[in-house]
Amino acid sequence: MIRRVSVSRSLFDICNYICLIALSLLCILPVIQVIAVSFSSSSAAASGLVKLWPVDFSLKSYEFILKKQDFLGSFLISVMRVILGTSISMFLTVTLGYALSKEVKDFRMRTVYAWYFVFTILFSGGLIPWYLTIKYTHLLDTIWALVIPGAVTVFNVILLLNFFRGLPKELEESSFIDGASHWTTLWKISLPLSMPSIATVTLFTVVGHWNSWFDGLMLMNSPSHYPLATYLQTAVIQQDFANMRAEDVKTLSQISDRTTRAAQIFIGALPIIAAYPFLQKYFMTGLVMGSVKE
Amino acid sequence: MKTVKWRRELPLHILVFPSLIIVFLYCYIPMFGNIIAFQDFRPIKGLLGSEWTGLTNLKYVLEMPNTYRIIWNTVYISTMKIMMGNIVPIIIALMLNEIRKTYVRRSIQTMIYFPYFLSWVILAGILIDILSVQNGIVNQALGWFGIQPIYFLGNNTWFPITLVVTDTWKEFGFNTIVFLAALTSINPSLYEAALIDGANRWKQTLHITLPGILPIVILMTTLSLGNVLNAGFDQVFNLYSPQVYESGDILDTMIYRIGVADAQYGPATAIGLLKSSVSLMLISVSYWMAYRFANYRIF
Repeated sequence: MIRRVSVSRSLFDICNYICLIALSLLCILPVIQVIAVSFSSSSAAASGLVKLWPVDFSLKSYEFILKKQDFLGSFLISVMRVILGTSISMFLTVTLGYALSKEVKDFRMRTVYAWYFVFTILFSGGLIPWYLTIKYTHLLDTIWALVIPGAVTVFNVILLLNFFRGLPKELEESSFIDGASHWTTLWKISLPLSMPSIATVTLFTVVGHWNSWFDGLMLMNSPSHYPLATYLQTAVIQQDFANMRAEDVKTLSQISDRTTRAAQIFIGALPIIAAYPFLQKYFMTGLVMGSVKE
Repeated sequence: MKTVKWRRELPLHILVFPSLIIVFLYCYIPMFGNIIAFQDFRPIKGLLGSEWTGLTNLKYVLEMPNTYRIIWNTVYISTMKIMMGNIVPIIIALMLNEIRKTYVRRSIQTMIYFPYFLSWVILAGILIDILSVQNGIVNQALGWFGIQPIYFLGNNTWFPITLVVTDTWKEFGFNTIVFLAALTSINPSLYEAALIDGANRWKQTLHITLPGILPIVILMTTLSLGNVLNAGFDQVFNLYSPQVYESGDILDTMIYRIGVADAQYGPATAIGLLKSSVSLMLISVSYWMAYRFANYRIF
């Protein structure tokens, strides 16, 4: 059978393609433009010649920021918080998700616990009490302030919980009959079977830690303890020169402010861009997973 | 019998315990800490030693000259965001659904949810650059069409629009995926039946596709109702400046300025508590509605 394509249909198809391709370009071109600016010479950037490709290729701004102590320092702090924060967070999410995935007949307190955690989605303590609590528990100005208070993400727990529930019950039962404890069952049976969902939640946690900036701004007293996102917030967005050293301000006046800012933004986004292939692969899985319930 | 059961459940209690403590410390204690809202809080005197002042703080905040405008800004910006955040993804999902070549569809999907993963600090840095009046590429492009440069981030008419558009730009990829997943779950035999009855693509979209995704659309809208007082602190804080306070200042940025910049702990907590209480009601209603009409459960 020959499929007849009407004129209006092919016209629609063409428009549809054009619109969608334009739209997807709209989503990535701003990033490309900033990358182009960061690799351009300062005079080209300052006079607005740079479009989507570097004009007068130059690495000056990268040389400048990679020599900057506070930039490198905050980069390392970010890396540290990602590693620490993700391991703590994942440990708590997995253990809590496993326990709450049990049925009420096996774990009578389950519903009480579940509501205890879900209530924190519904109501929160507000900015000042949150800050004061962290202050009174002596976490202020330490890396633990960025890692401990937000370690239990209830949404991720729910995601994992629903996945654990979808696993065949017979597997767990057989492991209990063989004399395994909950602990062994969790690590030897449930966890290996849930690797796709664990990967999704881990990636979300990593991205969350890398991106979060407000806690650093609130909880770190000295700028030398800022994670990269907070550093960028103060240096690029607020353009706070107060935290800068005198010689940095001098160098900055020689090379363009615009290219430096662009370079810092690009380095800040680089880990996300590098992880993006994995992110988008697990993104779909995560979404589908979260919506499948029994 | 009872002790045996208790002993069997003990390991599960132990697994819950660390999370229980952390959530108690950093979620529940701050909730009790909200009593600062009714105190003349002095850090030296502490939480229990500070003087009780009843509703003075709340009255003080509500009598500030800008409060009602800020509440209006918050509701206006977030409502526009919720509307755009649902309408745009539906349209894009429908358009993507018409593309038959898988690799084209896949590459478009990959590109449209890229901004979703970048933080507002990065995006604000990018936006400040591309929207700038002097050399921003957006204003240059507008210039090619003979349009005068627009001060997107410094003009009170344009600032809320910029907020809504850029927020939609960042977020629409996510909802598009959700709606696309709903589209693929529509029974194909419905389309075959419609084809036999002589319905064209447009009629099929109108009578099969749209009703097919209606439940998930209702669900997403309902769940976003709880966010009416969250107009997006991260975005506004990184993009605004004093000249657009009039149109862009929202509750969360106001709380930040009163509480952190001016160190007025009591008033900041009072307005924060008011906001979380209203939000609690809104979220409860929205979850209840989602449960009632879409059979949605959180866990």
